[in-house]
Amino acid sequence: MNNSSFDKTVALAGNPNVGKSTVFNALTGLHQHTGNWAGKTVETASGFFKTEAFRYKLVDIPGTYSLIAHSAEEEAARDFICFGGADAAVVVCDATCLERGLNLVLQIMEICPKTLVCINMLDEAKRAGIKIDIELLEKRLGVPVVGITAHKKRTLKLLTDRLDELCSSPAPENVRKLDYIKPIEEAADITAKAIEEQSLSLGVPAKWTALRLVDGTLTSDINSDILKNADVCSAVEQSRAHLSKDGINLDILQDKIVGCIFKDASDICKDAVKMPEREISKLDRILTSRALGFPIMFLLLLLVFWITIVGANYPSEYLGKALFFLGDRLGELFSALKVPEWLSGIIVDGAYRVLAWVVSVMLPPMAIFFPLFTLLEDLGYLPRIAYNLDKPFHKCSACGKQALCMCMGFGCNAAGVTGARIIDSRRERLIAILTNSLVPCNGRFPMILALISAFFVNSAEDKNLLSSLLSALIFTFTILLGIFMTFAASKILAKTLLRGEPSSFTLELPPFRKPQLTKILIRSCLDRTVFVLGRAAAIAAPAGAVIWLLANVSIGGGTLLSYITNFFEPFGKLLGMDGAIITAFLLGIPANEIVIPLIVMIYEQSGVISEISTEQLFGIFSANGWTAITAVCVIVFTLFHFPCSTTLLTIKKETGSWKWAVLGFLIPFVIGCILCFLINACF
Amino acid sequence: MLEIPLSCLKVGKSAVVKKLTSHGALRRRLSDIGVVEGAVIKCIGRSPLGDPSAYIICGAVIAIRNCDSGGIIVTEI
Repeated sequence: MNNSSFDKTVALAGNPNVGKSTVFNALTGLHQHTGNWAGKTVETASGFFKTEAFRYKLVDIPGTYSLIAHSAEEEAARDFICFGGADAAVVVCDATCLERGLNLVLQIMEICPKTLVCINMLDEAKRAGIKIDIELLEKRLGVPVVGITAHKKRTLKLLTDRLDELCSSPAPENVRKLDYIKPIEEAADITAKAIEEQSLSLGVPAKWTALRLVDGTLTSDINSDILKNADVCSAVEQSRAHLSKDGINLDILQDKIVGCIFKDASDICKDAVKMPEREISKLDRILTSRALGFPIMFLLLLLVFWITIVGANYPSEYLGKALFFLGDRLGELFSALKVPEWLSGIIVDGAYRVLAWVVSVMLPPMAIFFPLFTLLEDLGYLPRIAYNLDKPFHKCSACGKQALCMCMGFGCNAAGVTGARIIDSRRERLIAILTNSLVPCNGRFPMILALISAFFVNSAEDKNLLSSLLSALIFTFTILLGIFMTFAASKILAKTLLRGEPSSFTLELPPFRKPQLTKILIRSCLDRTVFVLGRAAAIAAPAGAVIWLLANVSIGGGTLLSYITNFFEPFGKLLGMDGAIITAFLLGIPANEIVIPLIVMIYEQSGVISEISTEQLFGIFSANGWTAITAVCVIVFTLFHFPCSTTLLTIKKETGSWKWAVLGFLIPFVIGCILCFLINACF
Repeated sequence: MLEIPLSCLKVGKSAVVKKLTSHGALRRRLSDIGVVEGAVIKCIGRSPLGDPSAYIICGAVIAIRNCDSGGIIVTEI
């Protein structure tokens, strides 16, 4: 169906993490990313679907607890429902905490009488022993109520049938009116009357507009004369004076309003919702326990890395072989077509080879890491990580949810930066974004591992248990160093550039859910993998061409690359490395994976990137003057240098400014330089 | 009944909200999720490092930092 042919616009609203995106996807067949934590939908998305009666445009509104706008998402939600021209609203509620959902339902019904209440996760509620009397709720609310289980298609038929019915008839008559306390009702009447007399309707009930004018939450961005009208303004003053007679000043007006709504929601639920006493789940008791919380978290993380690294080995190798084989054939084709050597050099040896390298080393680990991560996400484990780790982040004046971005950063820093969207406060989000590349991503793991095994394990006889333990230990230490630096840098940022009070932290710990393995998992991992890989590839190919040019264009007896290498030689030496290594890191900006092959290429003066084994590495590096200290410095520099171009672009996109991208570049770079300088100076 | 800040509520105990003394964004966020006068809140656990704590509010499990829950005045039931 194309975008212009629809008859009805329906807003899809609901609290965060109630399965709104699942309902959206199931209805429209689109693939909005879903995850078991609050606040995944940040931008409004829309999709289309068709029933027997109508063609619908469904607008997915950011998850919100109320329409009293105090965050960007809530304002967007309120504005769309009020002024977005929706014909009806579907409000999704979580069956396991219906009362809170009804709070939003009541507020939406106040504006839009054509509201349909959709109680999701009925199966989960049933398992938890919650009984919901849907008919009674429908009678009390005066609008249609349906109970569904969003990932079961047939229960959605109920929803669409009732929606058709709602849209084809006039607004329901007995819609429950919110009962405010007497002074508020009277104050609302005074202003509402003025609005009606001046016929300044905003297209929503006058009582609602009146209350928003009185409590001062209707701001000047509303395109109407209502705020300038003298009669309305004086009525608003009159209403406020009326309220203060009863001791209700503006500060507590909103509390009183919210209190009335909650009171009403709880009245509605009385007898209609029966809930057993809720306890902490057994799984939570273990996963967040004092004794086991951290060890389990650490082991799980280690397991994810291990599966990723081991599992990616073979596919990477085969993919690399296949792509390089194709490259060779491409080269033959070019020479058969008599393409000039320099052009085929740029395209085949430069652009194609680097692209092939990046794809073959990046794709398999990402295709393994992201599904694993999504699995933890779907299960609901990620909020527990934030819960466990909040205290240290709090101590650094940052947000506990930063722990999630950090974990995601282990997979891919660009994904970690995007993941920072879940943090509400801008200051804390910036801290999370700027410090994300201090933990090594999938692209840097293999590099660190290769250096460890080449320099610290190989020398100890053959590979035995002890040596693999040693390598695991060094590796663990490297990761811990990265985590430690994340905390240190967060603290320093919070004390200098990004000063401010830590914002409040209310984190919902959703029930553990059985992941929808086949559907969501594959879909979301593909979305993430393709997204990151696409950005990387877009930069890798042109960078490959540049690298080839630098390595093959000679001026006055030396290649351009050799001049650059010589230029950086003193700087490299100062940091315990050499010019070739620094040059390789700089040229490796498109993808960290190519740094080691680049170093080899510079040492061997081969002009093209080729595959190399760990055993050969040690020989080549030793012959070029590497010592154990050089290897340590390179490992530290791998951990802390500048983020890859994909991450930098993502920082720019997420923060909207190059300023932060530059800072994101400098922070790890400066840390790396200082550490390497100290290591080199001390040993 | 003795009024205490929610942060002092022991794990496993329930309490009724008497007063919300927090300000600004925190106050609104708390009232959004159901921390309003008269609401019943149960403390069900603390994170491994002792802060934040997890509470059942309106049927959902919500983690709140001790410094934030200090502004919620409750009486134990």
